[in-house]
Amino acid sequence: MSAPAVAVRDLRVRLAGVPILTGVDLSVAAGEWVTVIGPNGAGKSTLLRAVGGLLPTEGAVSLFGTPIQQLCRRDRARVVATVAQSPVVPAGMSVLDYVLLGRTPYIAPLGRESTADLAAAHDVLDRLDLTGFHARELATLSGGERQRVFLARAFAQGATLLLLDEPTSALDIGHQQDVLELVDQLRRAHGLTVVATMHDLSIAGEYADRMVLLADGHVAAVGSPREVLTTELLARHYRATVKVIDGEHGPLVVPVRPASAPDGVLGRC
Amino acid sequence: MRQVVTQRPSGLPEGRPAVARPAGLRPGWLVAGLAAVLVALVAGVSLGPVSLPPGSVAVELLNLLPGVGLDSGLTEREIAIITELRLPRAVLGLLVGGLLALAGGAYQGVFRNPLADPYLLGVAAGAGLAVTVVITIGGAGGANTGLPVTVPLAAFVGAIGAVTLTYLLGSAGGRSRSPATLILAGVAVSAFLSAGQTYLLQRNADSIQQVYAWLLGRLATAGWHDVWLVLPYFLLTAVVVLLHRRELDVLSVGDDEATSLGLHPQRSRYLLIAAASLGTAAAVSASGLIGFVGIIVPHAVRLLAGSSYRVILPLSMLFGGAFLALTDVIARTAAAPEEIPIGVVTALLGGPFFVLVLRSARRVLG
Repeated sequence: MSAPAVAVRDLRVRLAGVPILTGVDLSVAAGEWVTVIGPNGAGKSTLLRAVGGLLPTEGAVSLFGTPIQQLCRRDRARVVATVAQSPVVPAGMSVLDYVLLGRTPYIAPLGRESTADLAAAHDVLDRLDLTGFHARELATLSGGERQRVFLARAFAQGATLLLLDEPTSALDIGHQQDVLELVDQLRRAHGLTVVATMHDLSIAGEYADRMVLLADGHVAAVGSPREVLTTELLARHYRATVKVIDGEHGPLVVPVRPASAPDGVLGRC
Repeated sequence: MRQVVTQRPSGLPEGRPAVARPAGLRPGWLVAGLAAVLVALVAGVSLGPVSLPPGSVAVELLNLLPGVGLDSGLTEREIAIITELRLPRAVLGLLVGGLLALAGGAYQGVFRNPLADPYLLGVAAGAGLAVTVVITIGGAGGANTGLPVTVPLAAFVGAIGAVTLTYLLGSAGGRSRSPATLILAGVAVSAFLSAGQTYLLQRNADSIQQVYAWLLGRLATAGWHDVWLVLPYFLLTAVVVLLHRRELDVLSVGDDEATSLGLHPQRSRYLLIAAASLGTAAAVSASGLIGFVGIIVPHAVRLLAGSSYRVILPLSMLFGGAFLALTDVIARTAAAPEEIPIGVVTALLGGPFFVLVLRSARRVLG
């Protein structure tokens, strides 16, 4: 049996002395799509950053069977690619140059891109339908186009584990579906493993093989979307009143107004 | 679920007309930069109280190359003016301008801050205080400068000391340290050292003119000695900074993403800061405080030639050197036989020059 893509044991993270993750256990199989959900401040982004090796942690994190501390930065960058929630858009940088940044783990220190790196970047641009965009300035693209370019840079890394922090948070519903469909197609085509954080629970449940509900820095629930997206769990951890409807690809979560909410509160001001 | 992406075959499609190239220094810009350096060199040597024909000057410059012996038609005295007075001054202008612009461009990349200049971490304040101390208590002046002979050494030591202090202060926060804490430490160190300098000047008002003569920058006393003194630092700074030009592009996406791409942002940052600060300290020790070059030239290059540090850094070095060497020509000819402090000229010319570049770039880029 092959090693899991991600194995996290008793992961603890403190930021500025404040405990953010307090003993997280998580296992993600190779080729699996796992979406981490949870209320604001639950530690979702911190978990992703810890798995990506971007934070000092306690506990154990292994990627494809290798403890993360044993991977040098360049090797780690060939295994895991991260797309941040709001990536920095460098002023004046073209789409091609931005995607080529993804080839950094393959370029010798103080070196420059080879013909193979350039070909790899063009290949990714082709696959993501961005061929005509290579000379465009990244800052001039729409939100949806820009998100595709962020993904292109991650794919150019050639990593088999993709960490996506709120990949659709700034997009309208059509572009959300575009981006997630694209990720899913590439995942299936190239055997990628995806760990994502998302706030839209319905759309998260449609794409994930499994979901992890994080609350107060620990795993409150883990399982299939139908097991995690339940009225009770969401009420307990999000303090939200929702209806869960059975959809074609997974449960759909619809927020409903609490029955006890007073009518016309604003009108009485 | 609707199908929104058409799967296309992987690999480069055959018959692609031309593969787009990544950002890099285009030959045209490199030629323009080298031409600017050459023009500045010839102008710097030709123009002065005794005007020399640029063609003859060019021939004499060629004669400096091994195996070349052409007749320039100049007298022995004129040749001596070129080789002993004007050439070292023009070369020092090229080196100092190149260093300041290169260091400014590197700082802007390292701190991801367009307002960063080579004096950001306290170089100016440290050198200023050290020079003020030497002038107020240093006694006799040098033969032709009116300043104590230890001024360049004091400026260098003061500049390096201030940057070291800034680094120690900025790193005191352990893991919480960041580029921002380093900048804040630079502000605090600069304010502290400037206060010390102001106090000293207030207590020794008779030294104010000498101190300001240095503070406003000067190439008037440049000789080959200064060139040989600055050259190793120029080469060291240029090699370190230019080798890291792609890393600066990677750093522009932020530390987290640069780390996830396999870099050591802190390591690269401190190496670049050390190299740029060393170069700036060497420049300051030779020429005093010359403002504007380190911030205006990299921005002008960015507007005209591109925003990649692979373009900004080499072109800033070339155009920064040419800019300062040409500015020095104006400084010593505009009010001849008096010289205007070069720092005053760079500020007077730099502002309008930058506005001109800004307008040109807007017109070109739409």
